[in-house]
Amino acid sequence: MPYTKRRRLVTSAVAVALGATTLAACGSSDDDSDAQSGPVSLTYWTWTPGMDKVVDLWNKGPGKKEQITVTVKKQASGDTLVTKILTAHKAGKAPDLVQAEYQALPTLVSNDALADISGEVDDEKNRFAEGVWQQTTLGTDAVYAVPQDIGPMMFYYREDLFKKYDLKVPATWDEFAETARKLKKAAPDKDLTTFSANDSGLFAGLAQQAGAQWWSTEGQKWKVGIDDEATKKVAAFWGGLVKEGAIDNQPMYTPAWNKALNTGEQIAWVSAVWAPGTLSTAAPDTKGKWAMAPLPQWSDSENRTGSWGGSSTGVTTDSKHKDAAAKFAAWLNTDRDALNALAKEGGIYPAATSAQLSGAFTNPPEYFSNQPDFYTKAADIAKTTAPSAWGPNVNVAYTTFKDAFAAAAKNKSDFTAALTTMQDETVADLKKQGFEVAP
Amino acid sequence: MTGTTARRRSYGVKGAPYAFLIPATALFLLFFALPIGYAVYLSFRKVEVSGLGLGAGARKEVWAGFQNYTDALGDSELLDGALRVVGYGCIVVPVMLGLALLFALMLDSDKVRFTPFTRLAIFLPYAVPGVVAALLWGFLYLPDVSPFYFVLDRLGLPQPDLLDGGPLYLALSNIAVWGGTGFNMIVIYTSLQSIPAEVYEAAKLDGASPLQIALRIKIPMVAPSLVLTFFFSIIATLQVFSEPTTLKPLTNSVSTTWSPLMKVYQDAFGNGDIHSAAAQAAIIAVVTLVLSFGFLRATNRRNKQEATR
Repeated sequence: MPYTKRRRLVTSAVAVALGATTLAACGSSDDDSDAQSGPVSLTYWTWTPGMDKVVDLWNKGPGKKEQITVTVKKQASGDTLVTKILTAHKAGKAPDLVQAEYQALPTLVSNDALADISGEVDDEKNRFAEGVWQQTTLGTDAVYAVPQDIGPMMFYYREDLFKKYDLKVPATWDEFAETARKLKKAAPDKDLTTFSANDSGLFAGLAQQAGAQWWSTEGQKWKVGIDDEATKKVAAFWGGLVKEGAIDNQPMYTPAWNKALNTGEQIAWVSAVWAPGTLSTAAPDTKGKWAMAPLPQWSDSENRTGSWGGSSTGVTTDSKHKDAAAKFAAWLNTDRDALNALAKEGGIYPAATSAQLSGAFTNPPEYFSNQPDFYTKAADIAKTTAPSAWGPNVNVAYTTFKDAFAAAAKNKSDFTAALTTMQDETVADLKKQGFEVAP
Repeated sequence: MTGTTARRRSYGVKGAPYAFLIPATALFLLFFALPIGYAVYLSFRKVEVSGLGLGAGARKEVWAGFQNYTDALGDSELLDGALRVVGYGCIVVPVMLGLALLFALMLDSDKVRFTPFTRLAIFLPYAVPGVVAALLWGFLYLPDVSPFYFVLDRLGLPQPDLLDGGPLYLALSNIAVWGGTGFNMIVIYTSLQSIPAEVYEAAKLDGASPLQIALRIKIPMVAPSLVLTFFFSIIATLQVFSEPTTLKPLTNSVSTTWSPLMKVYQDAFGNGDIHSAAAQAAIIAVVTLVLSFGFLRATNRRNKQEATR
């Protein structure tokens, strides 16, 4: 028994490496090197629910005509998939197509896992907002993925409770803080919202709205600006609210959080366009009582939002049929039927601007049936998304965020100190990997 | 002629044990030695990036020497994690083994009824997967959804936050104790059952009370099982992973690197640095080996000394 246990321990570390062998079975085994002739079969790693049904549309429609068959392999979302793709790529067995969050693209590209498909998809550029498209080019002439969904951030609040406590929907962050304080005074057992440290994407989006640029390049060097003025402002703002007790400091997505939303203990949530889905499972009893508004701004003259979430479809360098794969990626994210199906089956909010108001998005989500113009508003907000900049070790920065800010939120201590930790560890990791880092 | 056949036959007989060993050896090499060897190999490698690291050929794997090991040993997070686990172990091991021994002795007593049922009831939590157990307890620890807090609230009693600071250790230990006591109890109980009845008879004739029998006879005679369960518990403690990982999303107090194994997991799967992770895994394996076998040797030596006395 001790042996079994120890073995499990040691092998857990090599599971990554061994995973490659097992994954080989999932990868494309098509050895036909001539991409133009004969039927092609592609493998696609994705976590979007119902993607198999969307792909069926392709396999029965345009795919059948072009003899390109796509097979979906359902995967876990987020960082786990990035590691899995990189491992498979090391063995030369990555699937043809992968789903990747925007912030993961630099990591994948820097490992040479994603192919440049600019030749095949450049024509689709105009179908997307500029800020969205730019995330798939990493500021180069290459295109590494086709945008699939986006997560423009918005402010969600309990309309009925805002009325009850005579609160105004905050237009600026200062008003947001005032609203939080006013609520605390009127109902000490309630909170406007919570500062949660368990999803780094939320904080990244808030910083992005304030104008932060966490990664940039200077010649052949990376520059890390996680502790720039914009982010410091955001960190100090939320840290101040937590410290004075104006908002809660417990993490999101816990049973306790669900209950707080469902019973009206927390009456607002800074979230993104996908919030209706989360709210309908977390707070089913409050259906129809919520409303959506643009994110509060840092000044009256500004009108910007950040993004939280969103992903793209990339073609791997291991694919033997890059043209065919790029063709599918373009179809999936720009074709009307495909996007409709994606919205219906996968519940995604499309990156393609034309799809944001058509098909599935002509009516508000069921949970927000009280706000008929939900998607019109959402499309307007999406246009104001600030550009974002990602670097090759977002995963490290995100992990450090979770640990440093969770501790700061718990102790109600200085958030800017946690931000410094995040900056330092991200820079240290880059240097450790051998990147040159600009001061 | 006859000489050669005889020799050949003797070859066959000599070779037979080796032939029988082949399956076990092959499995050992394939699934034990090879993965460990590969992990050790990985731990001496690292990835080096040139320039911005974008595009083909920007990353290559090179020898790192002992760099990953020195980094890991100098890593305060790993050390802090180890200290946290020691603190956790100081609660889990004594409480769990103490309870296991107590329950085993009670079950072994003549006065206890419904022994099979009780034994099963105490053992049952061991059959619950660790993650499920941690989730179950996690819900019970969360003030907003826990029925316990509801009762405490109604009775006007204080409601401690079990997912923070010192109580967090108790909360985590409680899950391990709940899940592990049954297994250890069965081990001790089984060895209690194998003590010959004559020993008790002799003790009773000498006028020993049940308590004296328990303290002077039963416990010394099950000492080997106690050593064994202690040995298992140390290893399980050093490798604690699923309980804190499952509780992590519920609280700000459990970091992604709370225990050493969580750090290994985070480095390998979160940060994509399998080389550092491999080095840390190797260090944890060596520490576990030294601690557990060190303990075994120490107790063996004591037993031998006692035997010669």
